[in-house]
Amino acid sequence: MSEDVIKAEGLTKIFNHNLVAVDHINFSVKQGEIFGFLGPNGAGKTTTINMLITVLKPTEGHAYILGKDIAKENMEVRNSIGVVPQEYTADEDLTGYENILLCADLYGIPREIAKRRAVELLELVELTAFKDKRVQTYSGGMRRRLELACGLINRPKLLFLDEPTLGLDVQTRTATWNYVRKLKKEYGMTLFMTTHYLEEADALCDRIAIIDHGKIIVTGTPEELKESLGGDIITLGIQKDVDITGLVKKIPHVKEVRKENGSYLIKSENGEVTAPLIIEALRKEGHVVTKLSLTKPTLNEVYLQYTGKSMRDAEESPEAVFAQRATMRRARK
Amino acid sequence: MSETNGRLNSRSKLHGLWALTNRELKKWYKAPVVFLLTLIQPIIWLGLLGNALNLGSLVSPDSFAIPAQVITQLQLSPSQVSGLQQLFGNLGSQILQSTFGTTSYISFMAVGMMAFTALFTTMFSGMSVVWDRRLGFLNKVLSTPVSRSVIILSKVLSATLRSMFQALIILIIAIPFGFQLGASFTPLNLLGVFAMLFLVCVGLSSMFIAINIRSSRIETPMAVMNLLNLPLTFASSAFFPIDKMPMWLQAVANVNPMSYTIDGIRQLLIFNTNYTQLAWDFAYVGIFAAVLTTIGIVLSWRYLNK
Repeated sequence: MSEDVIKAEGLTKIFNHNLVAVDHINFSVKQGEIFGFLGPNGAGKTTTINMLITVLKPTEGHAYILGKDIAKENMEVRNSIGVVPQEYTADEDLTGYENILLCADLYGIPREIAKRRAVELLELVELTAFKDKRVQTYSGGMRRRLELACGLINRPKLLFLDEPTLGLDVQTRTATWNYVRKLKKEYGMTLFMTTHYLEEADALCDRIAIIDHGKIIVTGTPEELKESLGGDIITLGIQKDVDITGLVKKIPHVKEVRKENGSYLIKSENGEVTAPLIIEALRKEGHVVTKLSLTKPTLNEVYLQYTGKSMRDAEESPEAVFAQRATMRRARK
Repeated sequence: MSETNGRLNSRSKLHGLWALTNRELKKWYKAPVVFLLTLIQPIIWLGLLGNALNLGSLVSPDSFAIPAQVITQLQLSPSQVSGLQQLFGNLGSQILQSTFGTTSYISFMAVGMMAFTALFTTMFSGMSVVWDRRLGFLNKVLSTPVSRSVIILSKVLSATLRSMFQALIILIIAIPFGFQLGASFTPLNLLGVFAMLFLVCVGLSSMFIAINIRSSRIETPMAVMNLLNLPLTFASSAFFPIDKMPMWLQAVANVNPMSYTIDGIRQLLIFNTNYTQLAWDFAYVGIFAAVLTTIGIVLSWRYLNK
């Protein structure tokens, strides 16, 4: 079998014979990678993750997790993966420690081993001090950490994170990112995550796939995706109203020059190198540069470029909306 | 990981059953208010229905007096009056005995109440499937190596244990209310009672889970349950004997598993046990439980793996 931790080949899910949620997608995730799935609501992220974690059966196509077929060898797959769902699934009436033991029971882990691991995991997510408090009293960040601990109870080689920071404040979000980085670095774990926070994908993911209307539009590292937009934008103003387009175009790396509202928009690779060259060239010709700014493309631009700017309304099931609202509400507690 | 792999072989197919069952039960016994309410509820039921609807009092000797007009007309002596009064009283007991199979209506009704409580409690097993789906817990469990049937069985088991406990409470509470055990009662019969309750609860909760397994709305199961609740309760022998009902209602009551459960428990607790009848009751409820549990498990395979 291949060394890919996840390999999807023509993976497809059609609901009720006509709603194509995921449309023949192909991708692979390598060992030790953090792979992000980005896309608008209803794009097929959750359906894909549900197929990979063997909750949904694919209509067509195959996917292999650590070489095991998700449809035929689902028990083996379930044993080797960990899942941190978008929702807060921990039982409010139980303590954090009891919740982890419940998860352990679902994997059939013997009690003595489960207890030892629960202590280790609570230490890892820094909840040891609260382990005997009921989950009802936990804050959103603490609940998220508890979910993370539950997802790790079977020592998975591959961890699925569905919207891991939905509704969390900036501090908690940053802390969660650190746990994720730690899992990758110290445990060599492979992580598959969905998110619609672009800065999260940018900060965490080694590679990203942008998915829309059930299809993967583009895959690559965040840098590659930003490069694919054609480089940085240099905005330039000069004192006199003369056309300098031809002059600027001759400078190396410059790809495109456009005049807009009296300023020049220059698209260029390695903007920070090109900008001084432009100033130099213009000064030699006697032009005075009055202003200059350099913008690096963010994942936001990449995302909008590929998924379009229209908003996505109400394609979600009422059940998904309810779950998401419940998550947000509890995260803010 | 070697730890994990070594364990896999020894793990039973039913692992996680007790963990999931206990999760449901803990919501009940770890919440003092909920637990207390489930204890108080049968007292209120018995107190209200057993006394407000005490059919036995209608035919008791004290519930009527021979009118003075009749006494003067027939020129009855006081001893004759008290004799007649006695006779009517005996007649009343006879009517009770032939109608309800016991002279104590509260005993008759308390058994109906035990089955009724079981019905109510098992209804909530259907609701909890919907809640688990909405809260995302179901998806999480589905991604673990727990068998699909275990997910359903844990709901069935927790509802069953809870119902059996509540039935026991009713039985205990009914005693100070005047519950009378039958002449042929032995403590061993209690085992039979709980076996019967076990069967019907397994059947009923499988049924309610099967109804709700695809639902993600709370309103649908509520409506379905309200619809089923009344016919299951009143088209049965819970509060009134079947043979005194109109024919069309008898037809419904005679297929209602609640009737057989209630009759079986009465045979064991308050009647002079008719073993042929008891065997029929067990057979009927047993088949009901087997069929519905099978349906529940088949549906769980079908709909929990979409």
